[in-house]
Amino acid sequence: MTTDTTEPAAREKDASPGAEQPQGATRSERLTSLAQQHGALVALLVMVLVASLSFDSFLTGDNLENMAVSSAFLAVVALGMTFVIITGGIDLSVGYVFALGGVLAAWGSQYGTLVALILPLAVCGLIGLVNGLLIARARLAPFIVTLAAMLLARGVLLSVTDEGSTTYLVDKDAFFARLGQEKLLGIGLPVWITVALFGLGALVLRRSRFGQYVYAVGGNEDAAALMGAPVARTKIAVYTLSGLCAGLAGALNAAWLMSGVTILGTGMELEAISAVVIGGTLLTGGFGFISGSLVGVLLLKVIQNVINQIGSLDSAYQQVVSGAFLALVVIAQTWLGRRRRML
Amino acid sequence: MTELTLRRSELDRARVLRLLQDYGVYAGVAVLILVNVVLTPNFVSGENFRTQAVQVAPVMIVALGMALAIGSQGIDLSVGSVMALSTSLLSLYLGYGPWIAVLVAVIGGMVIGLANGSLIAFIGVQPIVATLALMVAGRGLALVLLPQLKDVRDPGMATLGSGSVLGIPYLVLIAVALAIAVAFVVRRTTFGRQLLAIGDSRPAAQLAGLPVRRVLIIVYVVSGALAAVAGVIATARLTASDPTSLGTLMELSAITAVVVGGTPLSGGRVRIGGTVAGAVLIQLLTATLIKHDLPPSWTQIAQAVVIVAAVYAARERGKR
Repeated sequence: MTTDTTEPAAREKDASPGAEQPQGATRSERLTSLAQQHGALVALLVMVLVASLSFDSFLTGDNLENMAVSSAFLAVVALGMTFVIITGGIDLSVGYVFALGGVLAAWGSQYGTLVALILPLAVCGLIGLVNGLLIARARLAPFIVTLAAMLLARGVLLSVTDEGSTTYLVDKDAFFARLGQEKLLGIGLPVWITVALFGLGALVLRRSRFGQYVYAVGGNEDAAALMGAPVARTKIAVYTLSGLCAGLAGALNAAWLMSGVTILGTGMELEAISAVVIGGTLLTGGFGFISGSLVGVLLLKVIQNVINQIGSLDSAYQQVVSGAFLALVVIAQTWLGRRRRML
Repeated sequence: MTELTLRRSELDRARVLRLLQDYGVYAGVAVLILVNVVLTPNFVSGENFRTQAVQVAPVMIVALGMALAIGSQGIDLSVGSVMALSTSLLSLYLGYGPWIAVLVAVIGGMVIGLANGSLIAFIGVQPIVATLALMVAGRGLALVLLPQLKDVRDPGMATLGSGSVLGIPYLVLIAVALAIAVAFVVRRTTFGRQLLAIGDSRPAAQLAGLPVRRVLIIVYVVSGALAAVAGVIATARLTASDPTSLGTLMELSAITAVVVGGTPLSGGRVRIGGTVAGAVLIQLLTATLIKHDLPPSWTQIAQAVVIVAAVYAARERGKR
């Protein structure tokens, strides 16, 4: 995608009279796009290095495993969010859809693993589908539709759990619980599932026609429509995908915790959006990549872990740091984006 | 002939939609009041009206700032966190007297608004993202300052929370005064004109030589200040500071009030009367459902449906 956007810019540059050395321009262009793509990875490596030097308990197996599993659920939510944001949209409903998925999975687990997986996927996918239809067909603003969907999901969650007073538990001998508890090569199953989903997501985004449509719709909707891309269908698909991802993450989380906790998921939409943006995906759409979102999630979780390690610091500092971090990344991206356009 | 009739029916449809959007919210409020007068026992009492008005005051004040932000083609998602920050600052500085504490709380809100406005006006960050960042950071900051719920026992705050003049609570008077002030600014001042011009088209406003950056920064500072005032009012009414839960989902209620009131999300138009009516409508809807023993979950589902319906109606008009 990088080459797609830089090439025309470079050509314009060459054509314009009185321009600087094209050689220099391309190099700073390359630097700009490098910073945009790998800035988060560098920050993650630096954070990990600093953390492992400062805290003996950071690089222990237990701590790493803990971080990996707790990242897994957010990562799956962020995966769906990445598709949505690349089309230039946003999905604010994922936090409560995640919680709803967990509650439905825990409730359904008494009827077998199949119900525990299919019920949350069906309901959460349906919420995503309705979001997509309202956004693509009725042309309503994504943030307001998904805010309303967030309320809807919360309302459904409350009515399923007798206004939040019932917590459904997953029987620990059930196959469904093993999905969250079992380990493969010493690493929890949720982590493996997440890795597999990210591989699949990256493949779809990079190599499939649908992936190309996602970029095209986010880059320029009108141009995409003129090219013959199915704009409405692509949008409906990404919001449905986001609903499915959030529901699945909720179900996996319920299997891991062995209960459908009703108060989870608050603020998760913000974490997921932060992770995607920190990973280099532009909120204006048309540019982004799956691997960046994974790096973004890991970075947020490492920051959280470090703040927990310091101990004397209240966990509220984590929110301050993530908010400030998000602001910094967005400032940097806006600046880099403007530079690209000017070059 | 047929073409002419077609056009006429189209015109009629446009007019109906326009009327619906301009006055639908008032009709909605009237219908809800009528339904309650008939169905709800003890609805027509001074006490009940006072309760409803006091409950709606914070949402209304936040919605005023939100209306300005939306009118400038922006949005302010940080309002709930600003309320939390305001209640934290208020209870921390109450030792210096209520006036100082309120002043500090409002300044805190203005600082958050200044940060929002600077990100949006100078750096060119999308409003939704800039205010999202401050939403996360603001709530964190509020919790860092005041980690848990704290009772507020101050005679000044108690008077503010439960006192009244001629039977009208102070809180309601403050909300109404602020609404009138904001409506005046939007309708009668240069700033109001500039705001609407920027909301219509920022590039055009820029080319026309309007002080775009200054106006945008003032909009978000005012929105922050109003949210802080709402935080103070909510604290006075609850006689406690609770930075964990105060103002959660407030951005949603405020946006709903503004949109239901007929202000389009596409900017360039601000309707303060409609916004006030929108806040009252949501309050009445919630109160009606609760009075008839419907669970809170239903209220949230109903609110979701109202939001989507209002935005849908606004869309129809926006196209014409």
